[in-house]
Amino acid sequence: MPEPPHRRRAHTSTRDLERYAGLFAARTQVMRSSAMRDLMAITARPEVISLAGGLPDTSTFPPGTFAAQMTRIAQESAAEALQYGPTEGFSETVDCILQVMGAEGMLPDHDDVIVTTGGQQAIDLICKTLVDPGDVVVCEAPTYPGAVPVFCSYQAEVVQIECDSEGMRIDELEAVLDQLAESGRRPKFVYSVPSFQNPAGVTLSLERRRRLVELARQRELLVVEDNPYGLLRFGGDPLPPLYQLDGGDFVIYVGTFSKILSPGIRLGWAVAPPPVMEKIVLGKQATDLCTSTLTQHFVREYFAEGHWREYVASLVEIYRRRRDIMLDALEEHFPAEAEWTEPEGGLFIWATLPEYIDTSDLLAKALREDVAFVPGQAAYVDERGRNSMRLNFSGVGDDAIREGVRRIGKTVAEQVELYGALTGEHRAVPAPKRREKDTGEVVPFRRAGERNA
Amino acid sequence: MKVAVLKGGRSLERGVSLRSGARVEDALERLGHEVVPLDVGVDLVKRLTAERPDAAFVAMHGPGGEDGTAQELLAIVDIPFTGPGVAACARCMDKVLAKHELREAGVPTPDWFAFNETAFRELGAADALGELGDRLGFPLVVKPSRGGSALGVKFAAGRDEVPEALVSAFSYDDRVLLERFVDGRELAVSVLGDEPLPIVEAIPAGGDRYDFEARYEIGRTEFECPADLSESEAGAVTEAALGAYRALGCSGFSRVDLILGEDGPQVLEVNAIPGLTDTSLLPQAAEAAGMSFEELVERMLQLALPAVAGRD
Repeated sequence: MPEPPHRRRAHTSTRDLERYAGLFAARTQVMRSSAMRDLMAITARPEVISLAGGLPDTSTFPPGTFAAQMTRIAQESAAEALQYGPTEGFSETVDCILQVMGAEGMLPDHDDVIVTTGGQQAIDLICKTLVDPGDVVVCEAPTYPGAVPVFCSYQAEVVQIECDSEGMRIDELEAVLDQLAESGRRPKFVYSVPSFQNPAGVTLSLERRRRLVELARQRELLVVEDNPYGLLRFGGDPLPPLYQLDGGDFVIYVGTFSKILSPGIRLGWAVAPPPVMEKIVLGKQATDLCTSTLTQHFVREYFAEGHWREYVASLVEIYRRRRDIMLDALEEHFPAEAEWTEPEGGLFIWATLPEYIDTSDLLAKALREDVAFVPGQAAYVDERGRNSMRLNFSGVGDDAIREGVRRIGKTVAEQVELYGALTGEHRAVPAPKRREKDTGEVVPFRRAGERNA
Repeated sequence: MKVAVLKGGRSLERGVSLRSGARVEDALERLGHEVVPLDVGVDLVKRLTAERPDAAFVAMHGPGGEDGTAQELLAIVDIPFTGPGVAACARCMDKVLAKHELREAGVPTPDWFAFNETAFRELGAADALGELGDRLGFPLVVKPSRGGSALGVKFAAGRDEVPEALVSAFSYDDRVLLERFVDGRELAVSVLGDEPLPIVEAIPAGGDRYDFEARYEIGRTEFECPADLSESEAGAVTEAALGAYRALGCSGFSRVDLILGEDGPQVLEVNAIPGLTDTSLLPQAAEAAGMSFEELVERMLQLALPAVAGRD
């Protein structure tokens, strides 16, 4: 029998490493690893309750359905499911996508859609198509932590616009656009997660949606609307997506099956005006030729059964309950100095602590209590967000949410008390204050001219 | 030889340790040893007893692996291990303890004051902060006493920044120190079997501090080895480093971190088990001394064996 190949790549000597370092592209300089990433490695320990993930709950997907679909694919379409496919994706996959978008009131042209390897690839391809080194990309503050490395790897200059409880501050956006225009610059696009934003959980109000679309039209500016969570609404009236308000002239839309079906199938999509789509398709061809044909068949079979809406509705039930549990636990266990968002959908709550608590450091303390969250710093390109954290409620069981929030609350309370002792503001451990429900909104972010308490 | 590589564990430096460990495993395999990788957990003793390796290569960083805990267990099950012994590890891991030892031995180290949380919570130590600031001067450095890789290290530019820095440092340990900031060149002297290796200078790119990111990211920090020092500077730095190594009772190997300021070298800390990742300083120093990574690993292993080891 031949020797099996050596299982691990030999590591390099320092000298070799320097040789490689000289070959690295300039963009690798801004592809940063971080202390936080190392800390996150510890969150994978089985004893850690991780509220740090962004995982949808895939445990309720019926195994019988899964098995039946895969069997049908094997019996009826094996050759095609194992073959390359068109770069744009199968037409049947696009039909499924049109159903999903139709459920939120959008009616894009079939030819304007490309199937991608997750929504993440759609963001990457959009950047690949539009961004040269040094170009400005505007996004929310905080923004989706997974978008930052994409922008950075294309060497974009990222400008972040503050959010409040109604989402991105459009007045601030206008001011920034004016400022940029003065130096003859124009952002390549404005990136937004308008519904149940990751990480903040806030939703862009209807008025601001209208204003943003209008602004894009006036200034001939592209908006990238990333909408993974739109169908995961727990209450209140649905708001029209930016794509619908705009009609698709200045809005590039990014969607995904990850949160309504499965992230493991890696299926997302982008919708763009034809000239932009043409370039995106060429970019995708260079990247991976086509999206997995096997999982496209999976989606086709799944939609053919006609139960996808019921499944999404069942997820909404689970997530609504978990959000409520997390909100109750925050009330009970977080000190009065903390505040947090109350999302109407999605997967995340964003909690903000007093300014003197750096959540990256707090994570170290929390990990000693076997609990984890995402430090706010991950959602910013600058020094902001250091006193905030993202908490996920979709991927963790009810009891784990309660216990996880209790443990984090304890570490926060200890730091609040310690700061009091350090600054001479002596006080008893503050009794968690009960917030009046439904009276006044919780303002998650600093308002203009106002400091966080 | 059958060598167990202890790595990972529960410390905050788990990621760094896994990288060190993987690299050591490769080197040991290339050297022809039988490697038993051990991600350290509750079954450590059981696995060591079952495997009965001839030696253990400790590639763990931070509390649990670098503080003497794992070493104590290895001593109990009677397996020779790399690096310093139990007491030296314990002294190196605790910066406050280490600084007392250094000062007693006449090794220069920046002035400091140490506190535990109780002092602030129950004894009103906050009232002394103002005076401490005046005595140490600003900026000052706030560090957790036990911790590595610059985690939780903050600089306070003025009095009002001290409480916030303390809150951060106390996230890592219940004892912290406030240390006089010494402006100067950042140097590291690795000692291998009582012999100093060439001095490494860390020059962070773009004026960054040599923080966690700068430490482990290729290209973020430039290293010069041997450092460009005059003969008398190099002599003073080496002398201080060897003094620190001996004062803390190290054996096998360790790395001494220093600042070379206007008034000569000051020892900041001694790392009982320095990193062995792609960007770590000890492998660079060994290479400058003409040793390949394999030769370095083999030498570290030889130093662990009973015939050579003279440990406390």
